[in-house]
Amino acid sequence: MSKEHEKGMSLIVKTITRLTVGLILLYGIYIVFHGHVSPGGGFAGGVIIALSFIHLMLAYGREVAFRKLSKATASVFENLGAILFLIIALLGFAGGYFFLNFISKGEPFRLFSAGIIPLCNIAISLKVGAGLFAIFVALVLLRLDGESKK
Amino acid sequence: MMKGSIIPLFVAIPLAGAFLTSFIGKKIEKLPDGLGLFTSFILFVLSLSAVRLYNIHGILTYSVGGWRPPVGIGMVLDGLTAFMLVTVNFVAFCIVIYSINYMKKFTSKWKFYTLFFLMLAGMNGVIITGDIFNLFVFLEIASVASYALVAFGTERHELEAAFKYAVMGTVGSLFILLGIAFLYGYTSTLNMADMGNILATNGINNIVLMVSVLFLMGFGLKAALVPFHAWLPDAHPSAPAPISAMLSGVLIKSLGIYAICRIFYNVIGINPVMSSMLMFLGTLSMVIGGLLALRQWDLKRLLAYSSISQVGYIILGIGLGTPLGILGGLFHLFNHSVFKSLLFLNSGAIEYSTGTRDLREMGGLAQRMPVTSTTGFVGAMSIAGIPPFSGFWSKLIIIIAAVQAGRYGYAFLAVLVTILTLAMYMKVIKYAFLGNLQEKWNKVKEIPFFMKLSMGILAFVCLVVGLVAGMAFLTGMDQTFIHRASETLLEGTRYAGIVLKEIK
Repeated sequence: MSKEHEKGMSLIVKTITRLTVGLILLYGIYIVFHGHVSPGGGFAGGVIIALSFIHLMLAYGREVAFRKLSKATASVFENLGAILFLIIALLGFAGGYFFLNFISKGEPFRLFSAGIIPLCNIAISLKVGAGLFAIFVALVLLRLDGESKK
Repeated sequence: MMKGSIIPLFVAIPLAGAFLTSFIGKKIEKLPDGLGLFTSFILFVLSLSAVRLYNIHGILTYSVGGWRPPVGIGMVLDGLTAFMLVTVNFVAFCIVIYSINYMKKFTSKWKFYTLFFLMLAGMNGVIITGDIFNLFVFLEIASVASYALVAFGTERHELEAAFKYAVMGTVGSLFILLGIAFLYGYTSTLNMADMGNILATNGINNIVLMVSVLFLMGFGLKAALVPFHAWLPDAHPSAPAPISAMLSGVLIKSLGIYAICRIFYNVIGINPVMSSMLMFLGTLSMVIGGLLALRQWDLKRLLAYSSISQVGYIILGIGLGTPLGILGGLFHLFNHSVFKSLLFLNSGAIEYSTGTRDLREMGGLAQRMPVTSTTGFVGAMSIAGIPPFSGFWSKLIIIIAAVQAGRYGYAFLAVLVTILTLAMYMKVIKYAFLGNLQEKWNKVKEIPFFMKLSMGILAFVCLVVGLVAGMAFLTGMDQTFIHRASETLLEGTRYAGIVLKEIK
């Protein structure tokens, strides 16, 4: 076993995590992309994406999770999500109305339809996913700092 | 472009400022200051042009996303909105100028500017929106940003104050949300104009009364009216000085007083019971805030209690419901925004130079800090109501309106609290600026340039508004933009018809 596997939870948890974490991430992405045709959307999908990274952190410890998604990257993604959302709104503003749905809406119930709504969902999922991960990291780090002082 | 196309910019520009600052601001050191100054200056200019637009075209509406209200979210620019936008964005601009120097002592300026502009976006959104649920969303944006800003110093007492503020603020927000839910259930619409229309045809019944009480609690908590004021004396002094100025100067007004005005006058419609309740709560805050402020030795805490007292004046004026009373209330709102932010910036300047907020430790600072003491004197005289400064005229109008309405008791208490206010600010001036210079302050330096500039602008506005108001008081106030703002409230529930006509 390599050294990175010494931290974290037991072998059973780690094995299950290894098998499921990719599926959870994929499921989150699925929820985001199908936000406009099925239940879910940017917020729900973003939460599931964040949960896949939190899952990794719980099972394998901080270092492994940070190698996949560091704090700096999370912060960049979070800002990117917010700025993307605003840019979509402002593009609509340039086309006549703030938040105007300026892309062709296509056929209902198809994946490529509903104009700007899938794009908005992606922006929201970036913001929510990275934001929730950052909040979890902040809570974890604060607790560890407090313990190390004792 | 349409006539009203500047309306959504009041939300979009501060949001863009916030996001850009947090995206690139932490890498480049000078950028947050420049970006902040630029953004807030644009907002100030836009707010002035909004007044001009309103004067030319009358009420303007905007449909977000091209969806027509009442189904879509509508934004409305009317007299009261234009007035509040100018107040908020002017004070925000002065505070950004001040923060350039003041916030140097904190490590992460970009976080400050990000939260600051999120709060500003929330406040502008509350003011500009014509949709009651959208109002709640923006109210929460502004509130959550302010919880974080109160805790900005991350010292023990700051965290404690922020926690208290967050808990009480959330309870207030829940009351508001519950009220909105009841109203939505009753009227099946969220657009304020449409809601006003339906309420006017259905008449007032118990559910509307219950919603009124919920709103009074929720927005009263945001405005720090007396039974709901307990968070303010902790939260406002704990924040960094520019944020104290922002919270006391405009946040409690745009989230609390503006929302009370808009909902009780234009949506539900004012009735005598509500009116007397507002007057009673206003007078209660006025008296209790004044009495509590008198005993404080912490300068910022004194100013915070004094905010409660002055908010009482505004609510008393607005609660009177007469044209003169509303005019006086709104005029006092503007004046209080200016001089209370000035006084908080002043207290920040004293803390910046001497490191203390305790009045007993100060003394004779006028010799070492002439600009701070002069502007502090102007602010104190304005708030105490000494002619020719601005506070005198607004208080005079409120008192005259109370007498005209036959409310002699309230008028008497208003005069009495003016004397209390004068006493507490005499105390500030005497202990902080006059007297003998203590030895340990011999090396105290005057504050840096941008702080002086910002305080100078605010003090100048106090004086000019006082002089202009004095002239207008003698010749009649029909043309001022405050008059137009009060007209919006006097239209009452006819607001609905006017807005809906504009949409179609």
